[in-house]
Amino acid sequence: MLKLENISFEVDSDGTDKEIIKDISLTVPDDKLIVITGPNGGGKSTLAKLIAGIEKPTSGRILLDGTDITDMSVTDRAKAGIGFAFQQPVRFKGIEVFDLIRLATGTKITVSDACEYLSAVGLCAHDYINREVNASLSGGELKRIEIATVLAKGSKFSIFDEPEAGIDLWSFNNLIEVFEGMRSRIKDSSIIIISHQERILNIADEIIVLKDGELLMQGSREDILPKLSGTESAVKGCGKGLPAVNGGAQNG
Amino acid sequence: MVKLDEIQKRLLTEVADLHTVPEGAYNIRANGESAGRASTANIEIVPRDTKDGLTINIKPGTRNESVHIPVVMSKSGIKETVYNDFHIGEGADITIVAGCGIDNCGVQDSEHDGIHRFYVGKGARVKYVEKHYGSGTGTGKRILNPVTEVYMEEDSSVEMEMVQIKGVDDTTRTTKATLAAGASLVVRERLMTHGEQNAVSIYKVELNGENSSADVVSRSVARDTSYQKFDAVIVGNAPCNGHTECDAIIMDKGRILAVPGLEANDVDAALVHEAAIGKIAGDQIIKLMTLGLTEEEAEEQIINGFLK
Repeated sequence: MLKLENISFEVDSDGTDKEIIKDISLTVPDDKLIVITGPNGGGKSTLAKLIAGIEKPTSGRILLDGTDITDMSVTDRAKAGIGFAFQQPVRFKGIEVFDLIRLATGTKITVSDACEYLSAVGLCAHDYINREVNASLSGGELKRIEIATVLAKGSKFSIFDEPEAGIDLWSFNNLIEVFEGMRSRIKDSSIIIISHQERILNIADEIIVLKDGELLMQGSREDILPKLSGTESAVKGCGKGLPAVNGGAQNG
Repeated sequence: MVKLDEIQKRLLTEVADLHTVPEGAYNIRANGESAGRASTANIEIVPRDTKDGLTINIKPGTRNESVHIPVVMSKSGIKETVYNDFHIGEGADITIVAGCGIDNCGVQDSEHDGIHRFYVGKGARVKYVEKHYGSGTGTGKRILNPVTEVYMEEDSSVEMEMVQIKGVDDTTRTTKATLAAGASLVVRERLMTHGEQNAVSIYKVELNGENSSADVVSRSVARDTSYQKFDAVIVGNAPCNGHTECDAIIMDKGRILAVPGLEANDVDAALVHEAAIGKIAGDQIIKLMTLGLTEEEAEEQIINGFLK
């Protein structure tokens, strides 16, 4: 179980403190798929970074299975069981796709092991395994490789920041299979997805709505989804992600 | 027969990937003298009359053969300048592996300055690999000042891989090349300096013939308080293509000066230079940390990949 207690996060904006996250408390139970949604600029990505340890909260505590991880580094949180897929995947000169997946698993894996992760995200493993993770890859390709690294890491709590962006219609269905596969493979694992996508909201067990840094709503999909349709935030938010077809990804 | 001590054998492995006597033509120079030499039917290695180096004659049309001329130094205080001339016959296709390893446990400086001249015949293809390596706990410096001169005839091609990853305190590497019509030169330099090391790379490439081309790319990492200078000039005297690139990572208090230079003396000379110097991107480190690596492990992986 992942627990956030009274998390606030402020940044310095032109000499004044700006509160990005305002006193948020929430619980992510085991074995759940949680989707965080809400209008742009509402603090969703910041909240994800706070959980992964990339940002440190101004106040409040974060507990993972009862252990206080608030002061833990990114590395220690990763080792404790938190995975994080970047919204904007990072490029590396010289590091190959295989290297990145090998590092993610933390063990000595074979090329065919690594290929399985690539196939799962809809990439033809043979074509990609020895490619450098650099600017020669398209945005969609990088995004899928990013997801493959989180898949390979196999964390108990995995956070995906807008995983569908840049992914085409075919692999969208594939993506949902990836999430389902992760949950079935790792006992009691939970996934947090930041998304505006209606189809991702449709597979959520629970939905959290963030607006202006505040927790607007949290509850089961059945409770929250009807409330979202028609609200300004949902229209704006969901509208942004549709249609899902995007030219960024290539064949696979 | 080749007789090498354990340190020399280790150096040989570092600079030439050799665990034993190489196949084909070779000359192994250890502590200032030849420790073994062999010629083949097509490749003749003979000492210069002045006894300060070798003349290597490669017959026209020689295919798929290699020449190894590694230098290892395990004594402190040796300073030598060696001249090696390569005459590569028309249409030959060969690999030349040079390289120098110095182990200095003493207080005196050890220095090897290799002057290599390549006369590349028409249509010949050469792959040249030169690795530099230093080790040893002495206060004496390990110094290497190689000079490489390449004279390329029509339609010849030379690919040079220059590597210096560890242990050389002071180096000035000078590479000069002149290219006739249709000739092509590719240089890939990989360099890492640490401690108080100093490394200067100077390239001057003259594209004199029509459709000649040069591509000089350096990837380097400067750590601690080390200093690097990359000074690459391409001169286009004919319709030609030239590209030079310096891609460098600085760490700690390292310093790097990149001085790319282009000179076009023909309206159809197309010359490009690129230079980028910066520290490791923070998001690269964070990404690897989210996979469970420590900051130090992440840096190591990023540098290893960059210099691969």
